[in-house]
Parts: sequence; C-alpha cells; structure tokens
Amino acid sequence: MASDAPAAAPSKGEEGAAPRGQADGVADGRRRARRSRRYRLDVKWSPYAFVAPFFVFFLAFGLFPLLYTGWASLHRVELTAPTDMEWVGLRNFSRLLEDEFFWNALKNTVTIGLISTVPQLLIALGIAHLLNYRLRGSMFFRVVALTPYATSVAAATLVFVLLFGRDYGMINWALGLAGIDNIDWQNGEWTSQLAVSTIVIWRWTGYNALIYLAAMQAIPHDLYESAALDGASRLQQFIHVTVPSLRPTILFTCVVSTIGATQLFGEPLLFNGGAGATGGADHQFQTLGLYLYEQGWVNLHLGRASAIAWAMFLILLVIGAVNWLLARRLSKSA
Amino acid sequence: MLSAKRAGRQLHGGRITYAVLIVFTAGSLFPLVWTAVAASRNSSRLAQTPPPFWFGSNLFKNLEIAWTDANMGTALLNTTIVAGSIAAGTVLFSTLAGFAFAKLRFRFKNLLLLLVIGTMMVPPQLSVVPLYMLIAELSWTDQLQSVILPTLVSAFGVFFMRQYLIEALPTELIEAARVDGGSSWRVVWHVVFPAARPAMAVLGMLTFVLAWNDFFWPIIALTQNGNPTVQVALTGLGRGYIPDQSVIMAGALLGTLPLLIAFVVFGRHIVGGIMQGAVKG
Repeated sequence: MASDAPAAAPSKGEEGAAPRGQADGVADGRRRARRSRRYRLDVKWSPYAFVAPFFVFFLAFGLFPLLYTGWASLHRVELTAPTDMEWVGLRNFSRLLEDEFFWNALKNTVTIGLISTVPQLLIALGIAHLLNYRLRGSMFFRVVALTPYATSVAAATLVFVLLFGRDYGMINWALGLAGIDNIDWQNGEWTSQLAVSTIVIWRWTGYNALIYLAAMQAIPHDLYESAALDGASRLQQFIHVTVPSLRPTILFTCVVSTIGATQLFGEPLLFNGGAGATGGADHQFQTLGLYLYEQGWVNLHLGRASAIAWAMFLILLVIGAVNWLLARRLSKSA
Repeated sequence: MLSAKRAGRQLHGGRITYAVLIVFTAGSLFPLVWTAVAASRNSSRLAQTPPPFWFGSNLFKNLEIAWTDANMGTALLNTTIVAGSIAAGTVLFSTLAGFAFAKLRFRFKNLLLLLVIGTMMVPPQLSVVPLYMLIAELSWTDQLQSVILPTLVSAFGVFFMRQYLIEALPTELIEAARVDGGSSWRVVWHVVFPAARPAMAVLGMLTFVLAWNDFFWPIIALTQNGNPTVQVALTGLGRGYIPDQSVIMAGALLGTLPLLIAFVVFGRHIVGGIMQGAVKG
C-alpha cells in the first residue's frame, strides 16, 4: 500500500495551489513535466495498488496456510503445543492409507455426495423449467425458493434433527400414518446418510433452480419455435432444446455441488447431537470434513488433520480434472 | 410480429405448474415455520405424539432464555459485526482489484488473474490448521478479528466485479477523467464506484449472507462461552449446552430471523444477483 501514497497525495495538493493568471512560462513547463511524470508513475503503479489489498490478504490467509498445511502434514504436531513440530516424513499419509476410518469417511462422503447432489440438481432443473413459465407471483416463488439458502447449516440441521427424531419426530409420525414403524434415522447407516442428504437437498435445490432459470432465460426463442415447427412436443422441446443449451450451466452446478459435497461438515456434525465428531456411533455418517475436525480438534493431531486436508484437496483436483475432460468432450461432440 | 414471437415461448403456467410450485414452496418454508412452532412450545410437548402443528404460548419465554442463557444476544451482535465487516471489506477490495483486472494494463496481469481464479477452487479445510496455529500464536482465540481477517477478501468477488466492470464501465469514461488530469484514485472515486454500484450492492448482500452462515472456521476459532457468532452459539445448543428442545428451536429462530427479514426486504435484488452471477460465471 505504501507505493501509491506519493502518487496520489500531490495531485490533491496541486489543484488548490495552482496559481492562475500569473503566466510564468518556466515554472509552468516544469510543472507540466512534473505532472506528466507523476501521471506516468500513477498509471504504472496504481494497478498494483488496487490489487494489493486482495493479494496481501490472500498471501497471509490463503496461500501461506495452504503451503504450511503441506509442511505440517509432514510433522507430528499436537494441538496443545502447536509450535512443537517433529518431522515424521510421509508417515501421516501412509497411516491414512491404512486407516479404516479414513476410507469409511471417504466412502460416506461419496455416498452422501451422490444421494444429495443428483436428486437436488434434477429437482432444481424441473423447478426451473416451471419457474420459466409466465406466472402470477413469480417473484414470490423465486424468493421463497431461496429462503432455505438463507438458513444456516446449523439452524437447518437443528430443525431436521427434531423432524427426523426416532420417537417424536414428524417424519416418523407421518410414516406411521402409512403404517410404517418408527425408523431410527440416526443410527441406521443408510437412513442417517439419507437424512443428512435431505438437509443438503433442502438447502440447495432452490438456489440451483435459480441458476438454471437464469440460463434458461438466455436461450433464444427461435430455437423453440423451429422445434415447434418440426412438431416437437413440450417435453421433447425440454429434452432436445433446453437441456443441451444448459449444458455449461449443468456442468457448472455439478462442479460447485461436488466441491460442496466434498467439504460437507456442519450437517453431519450437528446431526449427531452431543456425541462429538464421530458422525454416529459407528461413524456411519462421518464425512472427510468431519474426520479432519475429529483428528485435529478432538484427538488433537494437527499433523494428521493436515494430511487429511491435502487428501481432500487431491480428491478435488481429480474431480476438477474429470470435469474438465468431460467438458472438453461435451463441447467437441456438440 | 416480434411480440407474438416472444409470447410464443413465455407460455402461461397451467394448473399443474402452480400445484407443483406450491408444493415446492411449502416444502421450502415448512422447516422454517415449524422451527417457530417448536420454539413456541415446551420440551415436554415436543416429546409427545403427534408433534405440534400450531403455535403455543411459550415463544417469548424461550426466546428470552435463548437470548441470555445461550448467549444468542452476544452472538447476534457479533455476527452482525463480523458479517458487516467482511461484506464491506470484500466489496471494497473486490471492486478495486476487479477494476484493475477489467480496465487497466499492468505486468503479470494475466498471471495474477489466473491466481485469483485458481484460489476459488481451494477448500477452506486446507488452511484451518495453520490458521489455528496463527491465531493461537497471536492469542486471537475468541476474538472477532480471528474470523474477520481470514475472510476479508474473496476471489469470487474479484472475479465477479471484473466481469461486471468489463461491460458496465466504458473505457472512454476513464480516459475522459484522465484527460482532465485526474489521478487514478479520482477515477476510482468519481467513475468506477458509481458505475459499479449495482454490482457492489449485490456482492455485498451475497457476501453478508455467506459470512452470516459461515460455519467451519468460526466453530474452530471461537467458543460458546467466550465470544460466539450465531453459528457457534447454535452449535453449542445442538451439542446439548441447553437440553431443552424448544429453547434450541428458539435459538435457531433467532439466528435465522435477521436474514429472513432481509430476504423479505431485498429478496428481489438477491434473486437478481444470484441469477446475474450465474449467467456471468
């Protein structure tokens, strides 16, 4: 930030001080030279001043921690004495490969990711299609679709814990009306994963629907017209015009949802109630994010937590690469 | 002819369309409404079948307990400070950087922009361990700056403002201001900020919502009894800090209500912002 101060300050002072009417050619020329030099300095350096705040914070709180996590993952570090680091090489990583809880968390993350992302995006696509009709109160529907997005993970999960309660929950009560016995949502493996996914689906479907809606509104009308001329029904128009036009947006939402699913943390943490960060008695809904937290802040092994963080990052990079390849193939075939 | 063409696509929704949308709307609202219903009951009523469907009379009592005993009063104040600071910082720094990336020429511009875009992919989990070591070293645990500073800038914000300013800010306008002898800071103040105002408002609102609901880092950096944000206080409630379910729901209601009110007031603009961001992203 220091570099921009000299460039900016004099220009302010000069405005008021510039003597008018006293034609002093020499001083004027000197002033003009000074002004043009200042102008050049300003043009040259001010862009750096404008991007500097972002990069200062990014270096301090983004890049440095990122690299330091890599460094810490090669050490034994205890939460109680974070400055005492003991070099252990790749042991945190090799441990991870043999760690059944890590594989369990990875499996749960993938499962919950799939059963939350796929229905969420499909429903969002359908809702967006409906919102794209000319509707009375369309703004109302849009704003309400976004209210779950305004609800925090914590608030949403606390409510759903009650709704999914085994003995007095509303969902079991409703299922009871249909003759289904009370389900122990929290303790079953797939039931707990389904419940956690429900929270994710509830929070993000409306948001994704609005993103699809925005993309749908950008589709040129002539495409539908010519499809209609060819005798395509509404459903055929949706499949052959809408969906192909939305391809980049669908890919975008897939990437964003996958990133979110990989980091899933708050829902499984709070779905467990008071029982720590295990993700259920049998770790049945412990995700990678939750396992990282448990290793670092319950078991106090910051080195191992760092190794898990890097493993998550690698998984994201793989997902990113797959998405990129997919996008390239799609755009080639289109 | 043209209007007939447009009308051709904008078909009116039929009855089924409305029916499905109303079901979806009910599903979106139900957990929120039921939060209020549960918050207005007491814990013994919540341990009966069938569950309550309508409001009881305990709402204000539960809200009061949540406000004082569960620290929600402090939490709401803290979250307002935190989310407000983060939104202000993000908007200011993103506009400056976005302007530079959109309209100015400088060395390493493309490299730096690539760095910005690259950082959007980095998950927050990757930096919590060193950040925790850092705030422990600085004795910042339980202090608000520990959650404000790490999120004060956003790569998404820079990218968002850049995309907006490329189109919304005519280069001639900058040049005109320059010809008059204006320094870059004057250009920013008199030309860039006015042109960027709509996008700044949208970015500010979106950032505020995200910061209000930020979860992972705050529950590591802050504690329930010290200086909690709303999400930290709610996590404490969920972990049995106060075992009364109706008080827990009152806390959840208190923590959500400010944003819901904001959505009622600014909903149109927030919806527009998200849709606009989607097309550009």
